[in-house]
Amino acid sequence: MLSYSLKRLASAIPTLFLLITFAFFMIRIAPGGPFDSERALPPEIEANLAAKYHLDEPLVVQYGRYLWNIARLDFGPSFHYLDWSVNDLILQGAPVSFTLGLLALLLALAIGIPIGAWAAFRQNRAADYSVMSLAMVGISIPNFVMAPLLILLFAITLGWLPAGGWEFSPSRMVLPVVTLALPMIAYIARITRGSMIEVLHASFIRTARAKGMPERSILFNHALKPALLPVISYLGPAAAAILTGSVVVERIFTIPGIGSYFVQGALNRDYTLVMGVVILYGMLIILFNFLVDLIYAWLDPRIRYDEQEA
Amino acid sequence: MRIWLAGMLLLPLVACNGDRQASDHLPPSRLPQPVALETDEQGRPLPDVLAETQVLYRGNAEEPQTLDPHLAEGVPSANILRDLFEGLTSTAPDGRIVGGAAVHWDISRDGLTYTFYLDPDGRWSNGDPVTAQDFVWSWRRVVDPKTGAAYGRMLAPVVNAEAVFSGRLPPEELGVTALNPNTFQVRLDAPTPYFLGLLTHPTTFPVHRESLEVHGSAHVRPGNLVSNGAYKLTDWQVRSRIELARNPHFRIADEVIIERVVFYPFEDENTEFNRFRAGDLHWTYQVPSGQFRWLERNMADALMVAPWFGTYFFSFNLTREPFRDNLELRQALNLAINREIMTQRVTRFGEIPTFNLIPPGLPDYEPPEPDYASWTQEEREAEARRLYQLAGYSDDEPLTVELRYNTSENHRKIAVAMSAMWKDVLGVRTRLVNEEFRVFLQNRAQRRVTQVFRAGWIGDYQDAFTFLELFHSEHGRNDAGYDNPRYDRLLEQIASERIPSRRRNLMVEAERMLLADQVVLPVFIYVSKRLVDPRLAGWEENIMDHHLTRHMFLLRERVAAVSPAEELSE
Repeated sequence: MLSYSLKRLASAIPTLFLLITFAFFMIRIAPGGPFDSERALPPEIEANLAAKYHLDEPLVVQYGRYLWNIARLDFGPSFHYLDWSVNDLILQGAPVSFTLGLLALLLALAIGIPIGAWAAFRQNRAADYSVMSLAMVGISIPNFVMAPLLILLFAITLGWLPAGGWEFSPSRMVLPVVTLALPMIAYIARITRGSMIEVLHASFIRTARAKGMPERSILFNHALKPALLPVISYLGPAAAAILTGSVVVERIFTIPGIGSYFVQGALNRDYTLVMGVVILYGMLIILFNFLVDLIYAWLDPRIRYDEQEA
Repeated sequence: MRIWLAGMLLLPLVACNGDRQASDHLPPSRLPQPVALETDEQGRPLPDVLAETQVLYRGNAEEPQTLDPHLAEGVPSANILRDLFEGLTSTAPDGRIVGGAAVHWDISRDGLTYTFYLDPDGRWSNGDPVTAQDFVWSWRRVVDPKTGAAYGRMLAPVVNAEAVFSGRLPPEELGVTALNPNTFQVRLDAPTPYFLGLLTHPTTFPVHRESLEVHGSAHVRPGNLVSNGAYKLTDWQVRSRIELARNPHFRIADEVIIERVVFYPFEDENTEFNRFRAGDLHWTYQVPSGQFRWLERNMADALMVAPWFGTYFFSFNLTREPFRDNLELRQALNLAINREIMTQRVTRFGEIPTFNLIPPGLPDYEPPEPDYASWTQEEREAEARRLYQLAGYSDDEPLTVELRYNTSENHRKIAVAMSAMWKDVLGVRTRLVNEEFRVFLQNRAQRRVTQVFRAGWIGDYQDAFTFLELFHSEHGRNDAGYDNPRYDRLLEQIASERIPSRRRNLMVEAERMLLADQVVLPVFIYVSKRLVDPRLAGWEENIMDHHLTRHMFLLRERVAAVSPAEELSE
């Protein structure tokens, strides 16, 4: 297992390198630059700014400098938020996005898996249909519709919860976490139901039933574990996406996470900030896919990586 | 009764007054209305009318790029910087230029030398005295090309500023001197009537040399930032909140009533609106577009709309077909636009229709209205059709034109309405092109692909020149490519003219020339629009839209507005 893990991590380096190279040149191709504004800058000032941020050097030299800097974990100064470095901005924003994403993820798992399993258990009965129709609604209502609706109801009409902001206060977290979790709950419920139905028809479940095991025990001890495999593979990329923040939810609830930097950074031509969040996202995707594989091995005794490698 | 009258303060306080005319040529504005408040001898409202907690929550559009006053650009950062710092002059609630760090000043007879006498009580937030040397050092920093001050050109009127800017002279050669610790002298190249107004711009604010030298670019972080204004920085969570607290060392700290002010950045106008409705904010930066009717019906006492010092216009690319050397065509397109419909049906927030480039409301400038401003729309359209044919177009051979704007729901609506009007009146076929902001700016500046494009300008300082200078043949933002040696000469004359009345006439002539050459197609004057908690008092609308927190205070409960009759009887 250890040697497999090391190999996987080593293979992440060329992947990241390709990602960095691709992103670096892509963002530079976009027309316009970080210091363009409706007020034209005098040419001398523009030249000075370009020199200060090394934008006057050939692109290849800038690329080399950038690689050298990130090797030392220095993501450079932000070109838009002049008082902060990209490291500052990510260190301030990432804990917010991580907390929000993690809570939403946990909520989605805590609700999605049980109702999915329940629907499978009651397949083609009223409970199944109602859960699945609700899930369909949850998937199809985009969060830019759901969020204002929740704000209107809970913050403005009822006045129970704040309309936005973050400040790490539990009451402010409720609405954004719920908004973010709703479509995930629906997704997870549907995946769980599907794979659960499959597993419940498997021969080892029939065997268990034949042996006279109680339904409860069959469901939780035998069926659930293998039924979760598709959920786990969905969770890898989904967790990376949700932990790096959501542009829409951050915007609507004024949450200072890093999700908006993907869009705002690109619109502002804040080259270093865009690179910073892209690299972070890339690293998380690689990390979570790796974790998914490990969890697979744990859940499914048929999977043994080191033996396969051997 | 005597005391009551003597100690009465007429304060503009928000109140519903939708049908009152602000002035002849302005449509109904929703301005704060005066209320009568009892005051003490210093003119402060009595403590029993004030709310117990004086903490102000202000919405403030996007996160400021920086809180270094010399590097900052944009309104959101300026709002915070005017609370944190104070320039030589300051803005009164009604927009008048009043003393700031300098309590008074002398202007030499030729208008070229300004001597400022600093308030001897002026202190930085760490207790250090604010000295003339601080201003000398700060202004040299602004013009030093190494600083990269985006608005460094604000100091262009100062002797040698341009030469320092372009690196031909060292910053020490800038025409500023500290005559003694409290006397700061500035020498100008030409009399600049708006110079005192420039000094309310954050670029001209002083910065604390020592903290800059110790902390470098981190000098603006909470704990490091030393400022000389009414407030000091206590907390800054990026894209979450910026909190300021009263600066006890401020020269007139005892006149400041609001104890703390929190600025919230908002990337979305609806979010800000929701936060205001939920009672989290006293003051919004903007209001959701397209909701004017609803707001007027449901939140009339909070909705404030007032004329602003900015014009929304379109420009023609004069360097390319079809507008190059085709004045008649440009005039036809200009006359075919119905500005009334544009402001009443499309933008719908009380924007003011205009045929001029320069907004009304300047103390010493009356924009010259072209003849067609007084015609009926039918007359204008008839003339538009005549000119269109003269320009060589007809129903059989209609003009096909491209209209370019940057991505925004409002710009799109206006562009769609424009193209519909052109089609109705002239039969023009318009292709709408919408571009992301920076791509748009680049295309505008290159003048290769543009034909008609969205433009607009909010004046940087209170003078017509801030608009006129945009069309100098060598100005960096002259995206129309207007190149008229007579106009350039006029601008140079304005810049060196010493007699105010002559200068004013030259500016009128310059605007006339721009309009006669139809470089731009003006549509309307911008309005500032926001929601304000009716308990917030002490502020007024002004065309520069400067609102210092130190003038404001929160009332325990809202006070009824004085009716116009009562106001007159006093």
